[in-house]
This record gives sequence, C-alpha cells and structure tokens, in this order.
Amino acid sequence: MNDWLSAGLLIAGATLALLASIGVLRMPDVFTRMQASTKASTLGLGCLLVSLALRNPQLSFVIRAAAIAAFMLMTSAVAAHVIARAASFGGAPLWQGTRVDERPSSARHPGGAAPSRPGDEAAGQNSRGSV
Amino acid sequence: MPHAEIASVVALGMLAIAAALSFVRVVKGPTLPDRVIAVDLIGVLMVCLLVVTAGATAQQAFLDVAIVVALISFVGTVAYARYIERSHL
Repeated sequence: MNDWLSAGLLIAGATLALLASIGVLRMPDVFTRMQASTKASTLGLGCLLVSLALRNPQLSFVIRAAAIAAFMLMTSAVAAHVIARAASFGGAPLWQGTRVDERPSSARHPGGAAPSRPGDEAAGQNSRGSV
Repeated sequence: MPHAEIASVVALGMLAIAAALSFVRVVKGPTLPDRVIAVDLIGVLMVCLLVVTAGATAQQAFLDVAIVVALISFVGTVAYARYIERSHL
C-alpha cells in the first residue's frame, strides 16, 4: 500500500515538473511563464517529498523533507514576486490577448515607447488614459 | 519495493526531459526575465532530482545537498532580479 502510494506520488510529482517545464517553453509571456513554473516548485516538489517520506519513514528523512518543503514554500513566493517586479518595471511586453493591465501607467513603458499590441484598444477594459 | 524503484527511474527520466525543455527556454528566451525564470526552474528541477535520488538510494546526504541547492538557487534568483531592476532589462 505504501509502495503503491509512494510510486504514484513520484509519478505525479515528475509529471507536474514536466508540465511546468512545457508551460515555461510554450506560454507566450513572462508572467504566464512564471505562473507555469511555480507548479513545479510547490506542488511537484511537495509530491516528491511526501513520496520520499513514505518510502523512508525514519526521523532524519522526514525532518529534512519537511525542511525542504517549508523552505521552498517560503522562497518560491518571494522569488516570483521579485522577478515579476523586475520584469514589470523593466517594461516586459505583455501577451496580445491580455485584457486587464493594472500596473500604473508610469511603470509600463519607461522609454516612452508606444506599445505595439493589436487589439489593445479594442479590449476596452483597461483604464488607460492616453495611448 | 519494486514499484517505487520503477517509478523512481521513470521520474528521473521525466525530470531530465523537463530540465532539457527549460534549457531550451534559457537559450531562446527573448528577454532576460524569461531566462532567469527558466534558470530558476532548472534549480527547482535539480532539487527534485536530488530528492528522488535520495529516495531511491536511501542516503540522506542527498537531502542535505538538496537543501543547499535550494538556498543558493533562491539567492541567485534574487540577485538576478536586482540586476535586472537596476539595468532596466
């Protein structure tokens, strides 16, 4: 029973990591790629660590697995925030189908370059004053 | 534990394929934040590989290495982000 559960969690974690990497490869945007890559660091690694703790139920393995899980859950959020902030202030281009852009207009295009996004004005949901 | 052994080998193969795919994003990523995200994902995949290896070999030294790799990967990501923010892409 433990064996089957551990094997299933291993396959689930590896599948999540593979899906995250495919998402990073195929998503159109910096921010959507970041959204895909966080699946590997939280849920994928969590599945692998639970599988490890089921396979080796000694105290030293379980404590180290819990430490890795807690550390990853804390740092992945901070790292994603810092990269997203840097990309946003650096004027990273958004995907064409983006509907809502809640960044302040001074942070969007620091060089004053006009955005070349077709369908941007037709969306009508973002509250941009002057294009 | 035969099932978990087979699953370990399969999981190691899938993680290697995932690392190769995110390396493709490192090579062709159009902006610097894309490359930083892909390198960060490669670090997470390295931690995953070490955890699977620790489970397969029952050696807890791999878990210590995984903790250190996670720490250094986080510090490197924050440093890259500071660099991007100062140099404006």
